[in-house]
Amino acid sequence: MKKLNRRNFIKGSLAGGLAAAATCNAKDAKAAGGDFGGYPDSMGVLVDLTKCVGCRTCEAACNKEQGLPEPDKPFDDFSVFDERREGGLPRRTTEKAYTVVNRYEVEGRAHPLFRKVQCNHCNEPACLTSCFVNAYTKTPEGAVIYNPKVCVGCRTCMIACPFYVPAYSYSSAINPVVKKCIMCYDTRLKFGRPPACVEACPQGVMTFGKRKDMIALAHEKINAKPGKYVGHVYGETEVGGTSWMYLSDVPFAEIGFDTHLGKEPIISHVKDFLAIVPMVLCIWPALFTGFHLLATRKQTNKENSTKA
Amino acid sequence: MEKLKTAGFQPIDTLIKPDTNNPWSLKDKLLLGLSPQEYMRQLLRNPFNWILAVIYAIGIPILVGRFIFGLGWATHSSYDYPWGLFLGWGLFVMVPLSASGFMLGTTVELFGRKDFKPIERLGLLNGLLGYFFAVVFLQVDLGQPWRLVYPMFVSLGPAAVLFLVAWHVATYLSVQVAELVPAASELMGWVKPKKFIKSIVLGLTVSGIILSTLHQGALGALFTYAPGKVHPLWYSAAFQWFHFFCSSIFGGLSMLIAVSTLSKWFLKWRCDNNFLKNLDTITLGIAKGCSLALITYLVIKFVALAHDNEWGYLLTGWGQLYIFEITAGVIFPLFLFTMAIRTNRAGLARLAAFIAVFGIALNRLNTALITFNWNLYQEIPHWREFAIAVMVYATYIVVYRAVLYRLPILYTWQGDSK
Repeated sequence: MKKLNRRNFIKGSLAGGLAAAATCNAKDAKAAGGDFGGYPDSMGVLVDLTKCVGCRTCEAACNKEQGLPEPDKPFDDFSVFDERREGGLPRRTTEKAYTVVNRYEVEGRAHPLFRKVQCNHCNEPACLTSCFVNAYTKTPEGAVIYNPKVCVGCRTCMIACPFYVPAYSYSSAINPVVKKCIMCYDTRLKFGRPPACVEACPQGVMTFGKRKDMIALAHEKINAKPGKYVGHVYGETEVGGTSWMYLSDVPFAEIGFDTHLGKEPIISHVKDFLAIVPMVLCIWPALFTGFHLLATRKQTNKENSTKA
Repeated sequence: MEKLKTAGFQPIDTLIKPDTNNPWSLKDKLLLGLSPQEYMRQLLRNPFNWILAVIYAIGIPILVGRFIFGLGWATHSSYDYPWGLFLGWGLFVMVPLSASGFMLGTTVELFGRKDFKPIERLGLLNGLLGYFFAVVFLQVDLGQPWRLVYPMFVSLGPAAVLFLVAWHVATYLSVQVAELVPAASELMGWVKPKKFIKSIVLGLTVSGIILSTLHQGALGALFTYAPGKVHPLWYSAAFQWFHFFCSSIFGGLSMLIAVSTLSKWFLKWRCDNNFLKNLDTITLGIAKGCSLALITYLVIKFVALAHDNEWGYLLTGWGQLYIFEITAGVIFPLFLFTMAIRTNRAGLARLAAFIAVFGIALNRLNTALITFNWNLYQEIPHWREFAIAVMVYATYIVVYRAVLYRLPILYTWQGDSK
């Protein structure tokens, strides 16, 4: 790997596990974090939302590939599109489903639009940067994978994920873990094969390839038929770029995408704090010991003079 | 207890039994010098213990259930609200209210303000217990609490804010235990440990300041991972850590005033004259600290609004909640503290302290739960979550009270241990 792996670097330098040293290093790592921009040869998926017909084949393929439990309703039951969870929101990823398809009725569009949700596999994942046991890894192939063996269950990753993707197996008392799409890393991506959902899609909604090629393809498609797509590839720049990207013919805000995320990776918002850590660690001891000497100098002087 | 005291009972405050030359046994010390029967009788006489009994009768089975059936049984097992009451209350509210430890350590040991000595140990104890029970709450909330030490020794993720919190809270807990060793030494008649701690007290205090600055701030910084989820009025990438740190200063101090007031009301038999006589002056002194922290906090809150240009949100419904929080939880206690100082009325400062504690709790709950996911929906935690939270908090009170009964916190030890 040409790129220096920050996390391994820090891990190595941390053998002592000294809190002070650790937090100092953490800051340095974050300072480099903002311009990471992703592995050069990472893979990606381009999702053309205009092609999706909502057949849920991808959901079934994911369920089978990942060995997930049988769903409450079979995959050919389309009443799930009418399901609303709390807050009137459509379905989201759960511990039993790493990907779900939702239907959106869009005014002025002949047919409803279907949108597939799964982990977007960010270049600089918020889940990864927020995890204090280093359970997440962004692989050079582009997948964000998770190690359940070290997870403590603090669920900060779920707080941090801007896409509300990670789910948690709350039902387990003995071994609850985070449940999320890993882009079929273990069984497919590692061997250069596309994820199960991509391969299963009968409509060819998803194109699998190198992320940079997918970006080029997306812009080609937008330019080839002016007016067909909105002029934005969702995921190209959002929160530092994601491996999964989307093309749509209606504004993304109308079909449940968060369009206020900005281009900065989530970790950039945390840097203001991380910057003060080494400062406090290095300046406070001398500063406050100095305060102590100043505050007690009268008394010390008195003691000295009585001694003399 | 008051009754016993009027009947001539004298709680233990020396190593040697008066009238005889024999030292108090450990059993005597634990039972406050009462016979087991007398001790049981005073336990049953106290109506507060009956309330506790009810809380435990409901809470313990539910807590056991949480570990048998999992978090899914005790909470709504929400994917959108992964943090509920256990962290919202137990971590984010309790930790700032426990900042008194480092504040009083700094005042007395670092700045040499010996006039605050009578309340120093109460401040330290309030800190230690608050942190300890924040960890207890965390253990209830973690999916796999038996892996608590993983971030320390098994798999390190040092680039995460929570890593800093974990390490600092752990280190700071040991600092606070060390700072209270002298109190325990006196009760047990140890000489060396007390001497040793005395020799390193400045180092302990300074590390207390460092660790507190960073982890109080880090608790705020945790929310900077969720820029779109926390409501903009409660979110500020640049100032979040400072909001949390600065408010923990008056939070901890106000909690100390609140606890000392409760001690004065309900544990008067255990307080000695040194404590009771000086308490009003000390309360007003702490009130000065509170008002300085409050005004700083208020200004920096508005600076944050201006920095991100969020004035428009003030006109929304969320804005009303924000204005209520700032008015009732910051401006009002600030006003009362100032009045109290100017008119020299400790009672007014006590009222202000209780309100400021409420203000902190409201702010943390607003940030972590109420306005979190303001774009989605509001979630009210499961009733079992409430039951467990109340029970754990009751345990905090029980332990707190048990320590105050025994260790020389509210009273000065009349022993030889120097």
